[in-house]
Amino acid sequence: MLARTADSLFWLARYMERAENVARILQVGHRMASMARSLENPSNEWESTLAATGCSVGFHAKHGKNADTRVVIDYLVQDRDNPSSIVSCFETARRNARTVRTALTADMWEALNDTWLGTRGMVASDFEPGRVVEFLDWVKHRSLLFHGAYANTMLRNSAYYFTQLGTFVERADNTARILDVKYHVLLPTAEAVGGVLDYYQWQAILRAVAAVRSYHWVYHDRLRPWYVAELLILRPEMPRSLRSCYAQITRYLDLLAERYGSKRGECHRQAGETDARLRFGRIDDIFQGGLHEFLTEFIDDTRRLGGEIAKFYLVS
Amino acid sequence: MARLVLNRADDMNQHGSQAPPAVLPERQSPPAFDEMYREDSSVRSAYAGIEAWLAATSKEERRLKAREAEVLFRRIGITFAVYTEGGDPERLIPFDIVPRILDHAEWNVVARGLTQRVRALNAFLDDAYHACEIVKAGRIPAILVTGNESFRPEMQGFRPPIGAYTHVAGIDIVRTGPADFYVLEDNCRTPSGVSYMLENREAMLRLFPELLARHRIAPISRYPEFLLETLREAAPPACTGEPSVVLLTPGQYNSAYYEHSFLADEMGIELVEGPDLFVDGGFVFARTTEGPRRVDVIYRRIDDEFIDPLTFRADSVLGVPGLFAAYRAGTVTLANAVGTGIADDKSVYPFVPEMIRFYLGEEPILANVPTYRCGEEDDLRYVLEHLDELVVKETRGSGGYGMLVGPCASRDERERFAAKLRAWPSSYIAQPTLALSTCPTLVEQGVAPRHVDLRPYVLFGRSVRLVPGGLTRVALTEGSLVVNSSQGGGTKDTWVLED
Repeated sequence: MLARTADSLFWLARYMERAENVARILQVGHRMASMARSLENPSNEWESTLAATGCSVGFHAKHGKNADTRVVIDYLVQDRDNPSSIVSCFETARRNARTVRTALTADMWEALNDTWLGTRGMVASDFEPGRVVEFLDWVKHRSLLFHGAYANTMLRNSAYYFTQLGTFVERADNTARILDVKYHVLLPTAEAVGGVLDYYQWQAILRAVAAVRSYHWVYHDRLRPWYVAELLILRPEMPRSLRSCYAQITRYLDLLAERYGSKRGECHRQAGETDARLRFGRIDDIFQGGLHEFLTEFIDDTRRLGGEIAKFYLVS
Repeated sequence: MARLVLNRADDMNQHGSQAPPAVLPERQSPPAFDEMYREDSSVRSAYAGIEAWLAATSKEERRLKAREAEVLFRRIGITFAVYTEGGDPERLIPFDIVPRILDHAEWNVVARGLTQRVRALNAFLDDAYHACEIVKAGRIPAILVTGNESFRPEMQGFRPPIGAYTHVAGIDIVRTGPADFYVLEDNCRTPSGVSYMLENREAMLRLFPELLARHRIAPISRYPEFLLETLREAAPPACTGEPSVVLLTPGQYNSAYYEHSFLADEMGIELVEGPDLFVDGGFVFARTTEGPRRVDVIYRRIDDEFIDPLTFRADSVLGVPGLFAAYRAGTVTLANAVGTGIADDKSVYPFVPEMIRFYLGEEPILANVPTYRCGEEDDLRYVLEHLDELVVKETRGSGGYGMLVGPCASRDERERFAAKLRAWPSSYIAQPTLALSTCPTLVEQGVAPRHVDLRPYVLFGRSVRLVPGGLTRVALTEGSLVVNSSQGGGTKDTWVLED
């Protein structure tokens, strides 16, 4: 297939995934902010929301220090100056889709196009703090519909592989960021002093990746920070864990290599290396080496991997 | 009764530009031919089913269906893009749910006429870039051929594979009476609109399955298959295996982008942009995830001037450097060929009947609209005397520039125009205004007759292929003759009834 087509598929999947992640993180931020007073939470939840979505720098450049509820929600939901706002993500995804319509199935296109049409029909009041939760639910539904559409209608050829790569590279990055923003509450020392607030923080992390129930099914135990970290980093059965994401990434890179005469490049090597680290890693060692250091390195590696995939396949 | 203005600056053509709205005032002219009702108000047999259907549905039901159609088109994304004027960049072309119907016999005549005309146009193009026999025979002035702005000297002495120049031609036809069909314009470069023809039928099938089931309508869905066959037949001699065909688009900001993606999808071929292709060692390649892949046939929806910055406009970023040299070397086929613009030029149009006689030895089946060439002394005198009845157009200018709609113009405007005519007579042609046929159409107040035209698509390969019908465009404004979508024009599904 055309390198440009592969590039657009990769990025439209990334942007749809990003929109969903921003929605999930925002929902959690919204929840934490509403509980801030009862929990006597001294930190500004909106700051960590901005950090977890990777939007801190852009936000403060535009709005200064003022991380106020309304302003943050607006910036993350519909600000066109923010390339990662939900509306921007949908627009970019749809623009990419339009350039490669022939590579999409009709159902995929309709899922993307209807989403875009939906946002165009919305007005400012739909994004107000009181109503935004409804909007965020809608965003999640649209993303799920998009995944269903491509999972169920695309031919299993390289177009599908590049779409999957986009989804999982983006997801790996997002999960790592969510963890990193809250890494301090996950440190073993935190549990010792763990009060009600910490408990809600742990829960918030799980909520952001839709894993509250999954946690209980896997651990049959109350919330413990290193379990939370383990679930999201190393557990293979958790679909948003770093390990799961890399299992998918290496799988689709391998399928591409097979399809293209066993040609492999730096992206294959690098993905394999990270994958091995996650497959054979232990949570104790990760904490020993520093959770924050591990996550920062992981986010860096994943960003480099995106670059290597582009170099090898997307810009020939 | 309104009459036809013979100005068709056509927003469905990339080389055309916008024309000013030309709505004529009511004048003492013959009534337009009504395709549904006879003069005694009885219904023509082809429309009997439509009349019954219209009688059986309420205004409200029809309006509901029309809205449903609009949602359908939006969802599929059947839009044409206008990125320059502000407002919604992706617009819908209004779709009218009342179909336009031709019976089998009527269509057969039109189809034979189209086939004949396109054969002649191809013969002319081949002649124009080789021996110029038609010029030597004195049947058409050299200045209109080799002196034409659209003439590409780079094409001289080169014959594209199987001698095909206009692989795809869109011939615009108007009707003025039961058996009176005129060719208004030939489009031999990159005619568009065929996706609307196909999608309109799909929409009708979804909205009115029972209505369609009650008629025997000739199917059109084979068009993409015909197109692909036509393109494959034109594969270059250097291609030995299965030809690899791609569709070259200027990109998503082009007004016809939806059509480009639609056709590529229907044919199962790659939709490429200039930067996706490159020339190496005289061959054309596409940049793919597997590395370079050979390309044999390019159905290009980019104008001549933009296809190769090395040969034509150096500032083009839409094209592929070296493409033209590869084309001439016979390693790749371009469809349509380069330089076909001389066949659809306004100044050449009056000579198409002559081409049919010269190359085919036949009498034209479809008539031209009578055209006065102001460069001829007698014609000029007539035009100057009848300026208030004629439409005068500049031969070279695209669109409505330097155009006069006589019946609409003031005395002052006519006089100023007459001065220009006398100064540069050979730059102008003039045509009478015609009464353009009407079709029942959904309007605010109910159903009313509106003026229509027809663009059938003719494919030229080893044989001439066409599907029955074409794209019907309708002027939705009462009395208007302008079917252009940018000026309130819409489209209709076109049915050719089987016997």
